[in-house]
Amino acid sequence: MSEMHQEANGSGDSIDLSQFYQIFFEEAGENLDLMEQMLLNLNLETADDEELNGIFRCAHSVKGGAATFGFADVAELTHQMESLLDRLRRHELQPNAQMVDVLLESADASRGLLARHQAGGTGESPPTADLVRRISVLAAGGVLELTAAPITKPTPAATPLANAKAVSSAKRSLQIRIGPLDKPQQADAILELFRDIAGLGQIVVSNSDREDTRVFAVETTSSDEDLLDLFEFHVSRDQVSIQSTQPVVVAESSGDYGFFDSPGVQAELTSYADDPPPGAPLAPLPGFGFFDGSPGAPELKDVVGPTAGTISPGSKVATTNSGTKSAVPATQAEAATIRVAISKVDQLINLVGELVITQAMLAQNSRALDPAIYQQMLVGLADLDRNTRDLQESVMSIRMIPMSIVFSRFPRMLRDLASKLGKKVEFVTQGEATELDKGLVEKITDPLTHLVRNSCDHGIEMPTDRLAAGKPELGTITLSAAHQGGSIVIEVRDDGRGMSREKILSKARERGLDVSDQMPDSEVWQLIFAPGFSTADVVTDVSGRGVGMDVVKRNITALNGTVEIDSAEGFGMKVSVRLPLTLAIMDGMSVGIGNEVYLLPLSSVIESFQVDENAVNTVGQGSQLVKVREEYMPVIEMEKLFQVPRFNSDKCNGIMVVIEADGSRVALLVDELLGQQQVVVKNLESNYRKVPNVSGATILGDGKVALILDTAALVRRSRH
Amino acid sequence: MGMTEQMDRPGSPAVREYLTFRLGGEEYGIDILKVQEIRGYEAPTRIAQAPIFIKGVTNLRGTIVPIVDLRLKLGCEHAHYTASTVVVILNLNGRIVGVVVDSVSDVMALPPDSLRPAPDVHGAIDQDAVLGLGALGERMLILLDIDKLMSGLDMALSSETDLVAA
Repeated sequence: MSEMHQEANGSGDSIDLSQFYQIFFEEAGENLDLMEQMLLNLNLETADDEELNGIFRCAHSVKGGAATFGFADVAELTHQMESLLDRLRRHELQPNAQMVDVLLESADASRGLLARHQAGGTGESPPTADLVRRISVLAAGGVLELTAAPITKPTPAATPLANAKAVSSAKRSLQIRIGPLDKPQQADAILELFRDIAGLGQIVVSNSDREDTRVFAVETTSSDEDLLDLFEFHVSRDQVSIQSTQPVVVAESSGDYGFFDSPGVQAELTSYADDPPPGAPLAPLPGFGFFDGSPGAPELKDVVGPTAGTISPGSKVATTNSGTKSAVPATQAEAATIRVAISKVDQLINLVGELVITQAMLAQNSRALDPAIYQQMLVGLADLDRNTRDLQESVMSIRMIPMSIVFSRFPRMLRDLASKLGKKVEFVTQGEATELDKGLVEKITDPLTHLVRNSCDHGIEMPTDRLAAGKPELGTITLSAAHQGGSIVIEVRDDGRGMSREKILSKARERGLDVSDQMPDSEVWQLIFAPGFSTADVVTDVSGRGVGMDVVKRNITALNGTVEIDSAEGFGMKVSVRLPLTLAIMDGMSVGIGNEVYLLPLSSVIESFQVDENAVNTVGQGSQLVKVREEYMPVIEMEKLFQVPRFNSDKCNGIMVVIEADGSRVALLVDELLGQQQVVVKNLESNYRKVPNVSGATILGDGKVALILDTAALVRRSRH
Repeated sequence: MGMTEQMDRPGSPAVREYLTFRLGGEEYGIDILKVQEIRGYEAPTRIAQAPIFIKGVTNLRGTIVPIVDLRLKLGCEHAHYTASTVVVILNLNGRIVGVVVDSVSDVMALPPDSLRPAPDVHGAIDQDAVLGLGALGERMLILLDIDKLMSGLDMALSSETDLVAA
């Protein structure tokens, strides 16, 4: 608890804290995510100390940071969470579902508050008063509404102080002395604080016994630390003394003010004696207790840390305890990772990309050398080859982050969604350690969210329907990720009702799509990706998976990925998303047109074949169609489109390559297929401009630039 | 764009250095500080539907750089690619562009008082892109504001006119 005061003191007023804000926001976000994850995994019956301590540490870290940087609202909320968690980890309370719910909600609210601060404090802050109230009820061992919750009986010795600590959110009557000051008017600014900050409480000026000191009677729900943090803007901490005007419990137990009967209790009471127990009468006793000189008096300035003047024995204990406690998570975080700007990593990747190209050129040029004469050099080049590849692999892996980053957001989403829909869903993840490029992870999250949501919303049946169908009541949604060759395959599976082939086909006919009953299943499922297939009646009639599926498909195609669906009516369905491992490297097929080389993204190439003159038909305005297995598709003559100069005509226009984008296919007429290769994608626009029908460029093994064709643009072009 | 802007402080003429090169029969000069490097000419990768003077894009140590043939742009009679044909790689506000010229002659320092205002003639070059004429004994040097010349809309070098002239 005193840790945050040390931080506040240590950082001093002269240092500009704003430079640390970003780090704090990042760390707080990570801590809240971690806490959420641990809360979801928490087994209520057999929660062990390690888990509870872990959750507590997260809340504690966020609170400490928030207080240091002066985000009083976040500090207040997390302080309440911490209080509840503290009782849980001391086994004074048994965790229950209500607590988890409230803590999850509080984590969300904290994120909202943090986001607001990050945006510079603009916008409305989410209300937290109700959350604070609910947490304090739970922390006091109470229950919310009518749900029964098991409460273990706390040990007698711990009761008063634990209660006192936990309910620090209850309204308290305090007397605050500020002084001695050279200009006592300074202290009057405190009055404005209470006026300006809604919910801080009531303040009334009391009579002071000294000229240079101001005394206020305050009713507030804020903790002493928060008040001190606020006051610090106007007066020094050392000059503030906060006194509770109602130490009821202690007074009752000893019949006197006997705070100091036992040393152990005393240590705690020094910090918390000002917190009344739950339900304590709120009778303000103004003018009570001026403990200025007495040892161990609950003057919070003493708890501040070693820099403060006199240190009472009790507060010393408190300082040491929390100091060692907080040191543990800090060292763990430091050792595991470093933070590096993404631009630095990208620069590294670019440089390695150049190195690989240079190495490839060297390798190509050295092929003609006589091994007998240049043996040493060729050995050196072979080493260079291997080292370059290893280096490239290692550098690319820096940008790779595990899929668990994406997966971890789903348990929470499903939990909320399932309870809202009244369904019972178990969420299983596989292959969380599978790594994917950071840029891809950011772009795949939304489509995956959509798929998982669809599975829960439309795939999994209501528990009664499941039982009626002879299935277990608990539905299962499985999210898995795995590497397959140079790509990653992410699957969303559910054991719900699946899709009805007949209904999709009839729906497609209604919409005027060209379908037949002989279509293979895989093609039928692809129909739901058709734009506009996502209509409301599909949602109710079939399984509703049409909702936004065209958007999902488009997003994934934009990443050079593909989507496949497998479904069995009554048994569930599976959506497989196949993605390249990174955006910077692409699997390409190089094609020759005249003397020029162009690259096609391999993911959009369907097939290629020798041109059969009889299969090509010319229709109006000279455009051509080619018949491929009963299907006519438009032909794009690459030679004409790219105005390729012709020098000889012996190998011209022999091959058609069928590409697919946005659900449509076209055949590209090229001279020859040169092969498949991985290429590093380069931006044309950084020094030049957007070129029609071209999505980027790459550098071939011989150092020449080759243009990468924009398959989506080519398909769009053929539609006009 | 007046000549005074070529001086660091009015009254104390700063000598500026210019890279001079030949385009056909004329000699041109550009601010040496805009020049990143000079390379031999290698056939770039052609880009379909680009203006004739944009020869294509080339690989400059991993960066894709467009190549402009200034001779074609300025309407020279001949634009042959020989062993002495060179590409001047320019860095214009962070964008890298290569320009093809017949040959590079020299780097010269010109005091501002040797500059004459350009006569008001209409030619292939936008009048705004000519800083002035420099006299070098018998020779005449046409000093170009290369930023302005390359950022012109007719150069079609960028999708939007984000190459703001210096």
